[in-house]
Amino acid sequence: MSIFTEFPEMGRTDLRDLKKGIDEAFRMFTRENGESIENFFYPLLKFLAWFERLIVGTPWPLMILILCALVYAGSRSWGLTVGTLLTLLVIGYLGMWEDTMFTIALISVSTMICIVIGIPLGILMSKSDRTQAIITPILDIMQTIPSFVYLIPILMLLGIGKVPGLIAVCIYAIPPVVRLTNLGIRLVDRDVLEAADAFGASPRQKLFTVQIPLALPNIFAGVNQTIMMALAMVVVAALIGVHGLGQEVLKAVNNQYLALGMMNGLAIVAIAIVFDRVSQKYGKRLQKHSEVIHG
Amino acid sequence: MADNSIEIRNLYKIFGANGKKYVEAVEKGMSKDELNAKHGHVLGLKDINISMPQAKIQVIMGLSGSGKSTLIRHINRLIEPTVGEVIYQGEDVCKMSESELLEFRRHKTAMVFQKFALLPHRTVINNTLFGLELQGINKKDSEERARHWLNRVGLDGYEDRYPNELSGGMQQRVGLARALTNDADILLMDEAFSALDPLIRNDMQGILLELQEELHKTIVFITHDLDEALRLGDRIAILRDGAVIQQGTGQEIVLNPADEYISDFVKEVNRGRVILVDTIMESGAAGTSNVSVPSGSRLEAAAKLLSESGETSATVVDDKGAVIGSVSMQSTINAMVTPATH
Repeated sequence: MSIFTEFPEMGRTDLRDLKKGIDEAFRMFTRENGESIENFFYPLLKFLAWFERLIVGTPWPLMILILCALVYAGSRSWGLTVGTLLTLLVIGYLGMWEDTMFTIALISVSTMICIVIGIPLGILMSKSDRTQAIITPILDIMQTIPSFVYLIPILMLLGIGKVPGLIAVCIYAIPPVVRLTNLGIRLVDRDVLEAADAFGASPRQKLFTVQIPLALPNIFAGVNQTIMMALAMVVVAALIGVHGLGQEVLKAVNNQYLALGMMNGLAIVAIAIVFDRVSQKYGKRLQKHSEVIHG
Repeated sequence: MADNSIEIRNLYKIFGANGKKYVEAVEKGMSKDELNAKHGHVLGLKDINISMPQAKIQVIMGLSGSGKSTLIRHINRLIEPTVGEVIYQGEDVCKMSESELLEFRRHKTAMVFQKFALLPHRTVINNTLFGLELQGINKKDSEERARHWLNRVGLDGYEDRYPNELSGGMQQRVGLARALTNDADILLMDEAFSALDPLIRNDMQGILLELQEELHKTIVFITHDLDEALRLGDRIAILRDGAVIQQGTGQEIVLNPADEYISDFVKEVNRGRVILVDTIMESGAAGTSNVSVPSGSRLEAAAKLLSESGETSATVVDDKGAVIGSVSMQSTINAMVTPATH
């Protein structure tokens, strides 16, 4: 009756062969396509490097001015703007300016990529239930699979560097913007859609004049989540060679430097709070006219 | 001038996966309940034949579930018919290609909705010019035309407000202005005033009648309210369980209700506002009186005239002023208080 106490496993050699086979096949794939895939991502690398240089190279007073201006433009809140100013000054004073700028560059570029890919994908999903049924489980996997697991093939393909880090961040951070774009478009009031139909809107006109504008508050909630999740990946991205606050945190973990770890960790938190509040306030403003005022 | 009448012929709508299969059964007399219980399909419309005259207001009346909203959506094909034809200017709307249908909806029809269906993220003016924007007309021209119609429905000064800042009545004025700005020959109004409170509804009916006097559009107006139907409708069709059970002028329906159901409906109607003096007058130049009412007046107007003047009878004159008959106080009051029975 050993079948009840011992699981009927696949044979040890078969299992080893299976794993070996998969590894070998992927290595083959890497050898054959590694270079072309790397070439494919080359423009991305150029762009990220350019963006990093731009942000790190800008004199700090000018950078603070630009960031505070952006915060005010997004939130229309003086409190938040002053808070951002103080946060940046403290970060700079504690010697984390450059790392913080690297991290902001990474977050900005990965968010841009997520938006550029995620919003059209979400729109596609909203158009057909079948597409939705296919994409939803993929998004589930992307969000739940431990990130180290997909680091392995990415590393095998692209090695250590900025681009694999960026890809890892995007895989983890893109699902919310896709999901909420899909949801937002599906939630658009059917009466309004019918009115658009009645006035002769083509599918394209309907998308751009009715569906996307009305889904915008939801889409924006997705962007907000995407930014937060990208920030959560900063340390993992540091593992494969992305500059920034994450690398200092790693250094602190490896050497048990409590203060270094805390300071860089808190800097990430501070950036997260600023990004979050600004994008939430902006999202709320978008929503203003859709609210029903009871009278 | 092009003929703007709409002709609906043998229209059936059966909701469900395989509606066409059951048309024949319904033609042979299968009831709505039987169709639903046995085959899981819902009978929406059954053998609808209506000729909607051009430049008139055709009212479609029925209670909820009677299929009236389904019917109006066949005219601009927001709902595909199971079988049947909707003929406008010699063309069957139901057979138009996708692009022909878009053009038809953009240029020939405009619609007003029960729940307004304004775009909440756009200002009043940008809602009003929505139809013109879809047609590809430039911003400057369309704004000018939108302003004109906003002015006509009494919304001057509200151009830059958002819909959620307006009351229901004002929102529906925007809905009406949006439809009128489209400058289409056909105006489809789906319970357009049903969501408004009675005083405002009355106002809106007045605005619509006033506009129609100069615009002469072919208006299809859906309502569940008989008083509204009688006030607005040049012709009325009454729908029940997806079938037309009577159509005609308001007066015809009030005087000769086709069945029990309709006579129940018309019992409470203010008949003085529906019946024409022509219906009850004694023809010929007989009788002399110091007062006269024009042909086509309602009994209420005649009664008012008689009681104010103290006369017992009045002559009826045609639009050239010639006497064509007379009505007495007695017969007027009789006709106003005696409901027709089936």
